[in-house]
Amino acid sequence: MHGFAFDLAHMLAGLLVLVSLAMLYQDRLYSLINTLALHAVVLALSVAWQAHIQDAPHLYITAMIAIGFKAVAVPIALRRMVFKLGIHREIEAVVGVGITMLAGIGLIALSLVVMLPATTHAEPLAREDIALALSVVLIGLLMMVTRRNAVSQVAGFMSLENGIVLAATGAQGMPLVVEFSVAFSILIAFIVIGIFLFRIRERFDTVDSQALDRFRGERR
Amino acid sequence: MSAVAFVLAIPLVAAAILAALPGYRLSAGINVAASLLSFLCALSLLVARPVAGPYLMIDDLNVVFIVLNTFVGFTASAFSASYIAHELETGRLTPRHLRFYHAMYQLMMFGMNLALVANNIGLMWVAVELATLTTVVMVGIYRTSAAIEAAWKYFILGSVGIALALFGTILVYLAARPVVGAGTDSMVWTILITQAKNFDPSLLNVAFVFLLLGYGTKVGLAPLHAWLPDAHAEGPTPISAVLSGLLLNVALYALLRFKMLLAANPDALAPGPLMMTLGLASLLFAGFMLYRRRDIKRLFAYSSIEHMGIIVFAFGMAGPIGNFAGLLQMTMHSLTKSAIFYSVGHVAQVKGSQRLSDIGGLTTSHPVLGWGLVAGVAAIAGLPPSGVFMSEFLIVSSTFARQPYLATLVALGLLVAFGALLVQVSRMAFGEVRGKVGPVQASYIPMFAHLAIVLIAGIYLPGPLVRWFQHVAALLG
Repeated sequence: MHGFAFDLAHMLAGLLVLVSLAMLYQDRLYSLINTLALHAVVLALSVAWQAHIQDAPHLYITAMIAIGFKAVAVPIALRRMVFKLGIHREIEAVVGVGITMLAGIGLIALSLVVMLPATTHAEPLAREDIALALSVVLIGLLMMVTRRNAVSQVAGFMSLENGIVLAATGAQGMPLVVEFSVAFSILIAFIVIGIFLFRIRERFDTVDSQALDRFRGERR
Repeated sequence: MSAVAFVLAIPLVAAAILAALPGYRLSAGINVAASLLSFLCALSLLVARPVAGPYLMIDDLNVVFIVLNTFVGFTASAFSASYIAHELETGRLTPRHLRFYHAMYQLMMFGMNLALVANNIGLMWVAVELATLTTVVMVGIYRTSAAIEAAWKYFILGSVGIALALFGTILVYLAARPVVGAGTDSMVWTILITQAKNFDPSLLNVAFVFLLLGYGTKVGLAPLHAWLPDAHAEGPTPISAVLSGLLLNVALYALLRFKMLLAANPDALAPGPLMMTLGLASLLFAGFMLYRRRDIKRLFAYSSIEHMGIIVFAFGMAGPIGNFAGLLQMTMHSLTKSAIFYSVGHVAQVKGSQRLSDIGGLTTSHPVLGWGLVAGVAAIAGLPPSGVFMSEFLIVSSTFARQPYLATLVALGLLVAFGALLVQVSRMAFGEVRGKVGPVQASYIPMFAHLAIVLIAGIYLPGPLVRWFQHVAALLG
């Protein structure tokens, strides 16, 4: 299993972590959405490579979903939303880029420290895949925490979910992976449609989710 | 397989029919009928039990949950029929919304039933996600800014929660694969539990942390509870009843399944202390928060957090008595809390407001409704004749026997919550009449049926039921 197949799988997983980090310092919504699309493309490549080396053709479906839905459809929808809402210039991070990046690096270290000792008996490919996938998940969470804007929270959630798909495909022979990715796609479609349908802009004049807090019944 | 198939097929077919039918009277009727049918099928599972397949199974543990789930689903649908008529009159909901509402109701029941009967941990995850999505839609159905905020918050937090749960599920698969072999078998729970002792303990440990955080978010445990009060307060009240009474249980059930896996592995970390810590934190936190509520549905939402805390604590204590008390507390909480929400729904409709300051002197202005609410709150606060008292007594006394210091904390939390509920209910039910005093068109049967069961359970638990619960408690380890 070692050799080229192993190295390429690693490189793609590592690339996904790198793009995750890149998402953290995007300060324009359009560039954030572009990075998100790139994230999905890298994921699709990684999944397709896993499908090839594991000889698991059904994983190609997951890769297709990643390309068609996450790399094309959702970014287009998000771009239109940003354009319609006229928020393309704003991005509000709660903390500065430097601290966020440091936190991101810390999370990568954390996931390696947690996962590598825990998976000593698993085979090396799955083992390091899982560790890298966990860092993608944690960086996605970090992004959801540090951004107030609803659109960038969706981006954070999608990158989190990409990390989970990476983990699922890295676990050899895992059943239901395609079903998981379909279920997740439905979830994301729901979120995107939700923002559209509820016209958060129209009702709140902003998609800054902190503004939503004002509508809580208890703070009158 | 037949009865299990029916428990799943009836809600699914009903959802399809209800999505196509206009006219709310007919669809409310069909909703009740479908829920009743599912309940009857679930009851038949008590007698004739199908063999576990690769995807579905029935065992002594989940049959308790299924019967409870379909029963409360049935009474909530009956309550919803009378509640919805009023919402239509006041124009808060349109007939189109109602069509959607009824279809979603059955879809949600399908999701919850599927999560409970699933033998495959992946399928269980998908089902929990389905149940989450449908409830999100229902919470936002009024489309007021507050409702949308609640739905959005629930959505984001719930999604993160189930995403973490999926990561945990993948890790469990990874732990199982070297032992069971690649493929579907490594996700089948009945196979996993027999092999769990050979799994890699360190991987199981990490998996459980993710599962606890993930499904724990859906249970509403303290640091992860932020979605719960909003979702309860802003959605239609039948949905609040179902959320509190059922959906939290479904997430708890998922957690228990994985706890059993961990307990079966001697080298894995003991899940008990983690669960006890989270449970105790929820209990104490929610107990104090109860004092500061100004909204009636938020008040009882926090009370749900408190009770889920007690239940998770009890299951964390484990042992025959801890598990028994946890099961009993869970059943009693489901029944009592949904009964409270049935009365709260009508109270909020009469008063035209959910604010506690607009509600007063209920026992004078609306005696049946007011005393029903008082009885429900007395039961949930744990006053003696109710079943909740019995289970809480069991929890406190069994904790005293094993961990005296923790028992004082539990008792403190219970007392704090008790005081808060007493203060709040006396302001609502007694004293001068505040708010509107219009006539109420309510169906009291669901509420009093639940309260009657809780009362009877507190006075006399039938022998077979006790033995059943004891058996399940032993299963839980």
